[in-house]
Amino acid sequence: MSGITADDAMAEAPQERQGDSYLTAETGLASWLLTTDHKRVALLYAAALTAFFFIGGAAAVLIRLELFTPASDLVSAEGYNRLFTLHGLVMVWFFLVPAIPNTLGNFLLPLMIGARDLAFPRLNLFSWYLFMGAGLLLLAALLLGGVDTGWTFYTPFSTGYAHSNVLLAALAVVLVGFSSVATGVNMLATVHLLRAPGMGWFRLPLLVWSIYGTALVMVLATPVLAAALLLVVAERAFGLPIFDPRQGGDPLLFQHLFWFYSHPAVYIMILPAFGVVSEIVPCFARRRIFGYTFMVYAILMIALLGFLVWGHHMFVSGQSLYASLVFSFLSFVIAVPSAIKVFNWSFTLYRGQISFQAPMLYALGFIGLFTLGGLTGLVLASVPVNRHVTDTYYVVAHFHFIMVGGAVTALYGGLHFWWPKITGRMPPDGWARFAAVLMFFGFSFTFFPMFVMGFLGMPRRYASYPPEFQVWHVLASAGAVLLAAAYLLPMGYLAWSLVRGRRAGDDPWNATGLEWRTASPPPRDNFRVPPIVEEAAYLYHPRHEGPRHEEQEPHRDQGGGT
Amino acid sequence: MSGGEARAILRRGLLTWAGLLLLLLATLALAYVPMGWLNLPVGLAIAAAKALLVALVFMDLRRRDLLLRLAAGASLLWIGFLFLLTFADLLSRP
Amino acid sequence: MSGDVAAALREPWDSLRRQREAAEFGVWIFLGSEALLFAGLLLAFAVNRTLHPAGFAASGRETDIVFGTVNTLVLLTSSLAMAVGSEAARAGLRRLALRALATVLLLGLTFLVLKGFEWAKDLREQLWPGAGFRLAEPGARLFFGLYWTMTALHALHLAGGLAVVGWLSWQGWRGTRPLGSPAFQVAALYWHLVDVVWILLYPLLYLGGRA
Repeated sequence: MSGITADDAMAEAPQERQGDSYLTAETGLASWLLTTDHKRVALLYAAALTAFFFIGGAAAVLIRLELFTPASDLVSAEGYNRLFTLHGLVMVWFFLVPAIPNTLGNFLLPLMIGARDLAFPRLNLFSWYLFMGAGLLLLAALLLGGVDTGWTFYTPFSTGYAHSNVLLAALAVVLVGFSSVATGVNMLATVHLLRAPGMGWFRLPLLVWSIYGTALVMVLATPVLAAALLLVVAERAFGLPIFDPRQGGDPLLFQHLFWFYSHPAVYIMILPAFGVVSEIVPCFARRRIFGYTFMVYAILMIALLGFLVWGHHMFVSGQSLYASLVFSFLSFVIAVPSAIKVFNWSFTLYRGQISFQAPMLYALGFIGLFTLGGLTGLVLASVPVNRHVTDTYYVVAHFHFIMVGGAVTALYGGLHFWWPKITGRMPPDGWARFAAVLMFFGFSFTFFPMFVMGFLGMPRRYASYPPEFQVWHVLASAGAVLLAAAYLLPMGYLAWSLVRGRRAGDDPWNATGLEWRTASPPPRDNFRVPPIVEEAAYLYHPRHEGPRHEEQEPHRDQGGGT
Repeated sequence: MSGGEARAILRRGLLTWAGLLLLLLATLALAYVPMGWLNLPVGLAIAAAKALLVALVFMDLRRRDLLLRLAAGASLLWIGFLFLLTFADLLSRP
Repeated sequence: MSGDVAAALREPWDSLRRQREAAEFGVWIFLGSEALLFAGLLLAFAVNRTLHPAGFAASGRETDIVFGTVNTLVLLTSSLAMAVGSEAARAGLRRLALRALATVLLLGLTFLVLKGFEWAKDLREQLWPGAGFRLAEPGARLFFGLYWTMTALHALHLAGGLAVVGWLSWQGWRGTRPLGSPAFQVAALYWHLVDVVWILLYPLLYLGGRA
């Protein structure tokens, strides 16, 4: 029924909207800044996030430079505190949390479910302005001298002792949280109410499912962070005692509120990455995804269980040992759905017709790095081992494997995979493969030594260190050079491809999914004819047969694509 | 006809409002009755009753709409997680 | 009527029924999110009350029961008016809807004015937990730290609700927004949530330690 009414709406649409892509349908700065097109809002987010990636990345470069030598010679200890706080604040809230959901998710979600736009297009634009407002507040906090509490804002340091712009930074994070909630509301309503005729829940591509899980976490976790930070603001700005231990308050209360958000925030970062990899792997293995239903349940289990493990950040804080044991147990439990996903990707590869184009190389890199990050998470979830490595570089290495080796690698993979859809141009495959491999090795050289030095006892958040750790720090800093090159290189050749890249057809990777059934780049209203879905996702081959061998030469020429 | 509709809307609203008022008077009166540790649970139970009345009638949750109940129920479940695990720590600290 | 529907229909929806469903679902998710925001503050209250039961009982006696109760009454009544306004708008009863919305605005403003007088009285009675705070019981400062934060955050939400209801009433009165728009139900749902938050704050802040 709704298909018929959609047809009528299409017939009434002005003729010029039918011809142009969303990029050329309207022109001028105002047509971008006031757009309600989800695809354009996605590009607005992408531009803003690139800027924040550079700011956060610059801080990382300075940190690695400082740690090249044992002495604190480039910046003071105080300046170092501000550097890693800047790096954390920018990268967590202004890059990683919105990275995939607000760029690729924003662009692809309506396309993948066959909708014309998100459920609330103006709310979508509004969330971008909230994001920019929050970003400007944060930049003000940084330019006025920075913040020295670390991204965690722990009390009583943040409320009573820190001499830096804690208030501005906390308000920026509260505001960016509202932007996150607006995005979450929008995406949940879209998935529930705008699916095309025939697009049942178990026909949804896994990226849609993972965005759905992410939106759930955003909506339910973010307000608790806002509560925690507003209480910090009340205590610091107005002198209202809330957590102050001198008045009988409980600083651990802050940590409970903070980690109730900030642990699930890890899943906000990694769930969309799972979705991206689940799209890429079947396409370049020419296989149906192995165990689709279990993949869906695993996403939902992770979204749910992610809320029940926050206490593993507090094993040494003075939290009750009994609570720690419960949190430790639940942290082991959440490894199960994550492992299901890794196994299912591996089984999808099994007997597949694998070709190693750039998106696939990123996806394979993701699987390796995420697995290592996840397994070291199990080490940290064990209370006795955790006491040994708490606040060492082991922890730093672990969460960078998940958030950078995992989420950022998947973001780059997804960017290459959907670049033809977004821009209508192919990325240069040879360069792209080189960058993907460089990213894997650069990342490993940077962060693997941190496991070793962390286990040997090198604490995090220090500008100077005993000389016996220098060899590991030099390795990490050298690796960071490769990693930086691997991040910058795609920005160069992707920009080049906008002008000189080969034009892409509607479906250059021969993939399934509704987003490939429309033009590249898509028209303003996404589909010229409203799609009707008649089959499940990932139909790369008939259900009871393997992939057809003649379809794609498994080991075709891999190097000379350019 | 539309006058009758207006009256029906007002009547339903006023009935609920009267119920809320009674609950308010009850909780106010009971707050001054010494019941030891029971005072807080009684106060919160009456508050929950009032909240439920507002949710079911004024916010129209009595309508059988699974989606809206899902949204409302999920937030209550997650609030439960927050309290349960925080108190698991607080109450078992040495 | 069909012109009315066309005026209320927005992209990307094909039918007003579906659009209204989405608006209500969206605002319910947002309300769930708001509930978790206040749940964070309530958790802070619960934890500190567990740590200092005597101090919290002693502090509960110091808040102004008259202001608190009258304000609860005002908010409950405003919720009645809001419910009537929302249903009347949906039924196309213009006069009843606009009168009900005006009552909501009046009662909301009454709440804020009364709250202002109450805060002034609290300040005169030295219940700001800074220098010169009147109560000596351990935990009393924490109670009032939370009292000020929670009532201020609630008042902020109420002021936001007033702005939205005022804007919609203006548009409804001028006729620029059709009464069939889902926005009236959305605003009503938000208003009721602000009411529910106050219903929960009332026994915690005003009724503790009275017996």
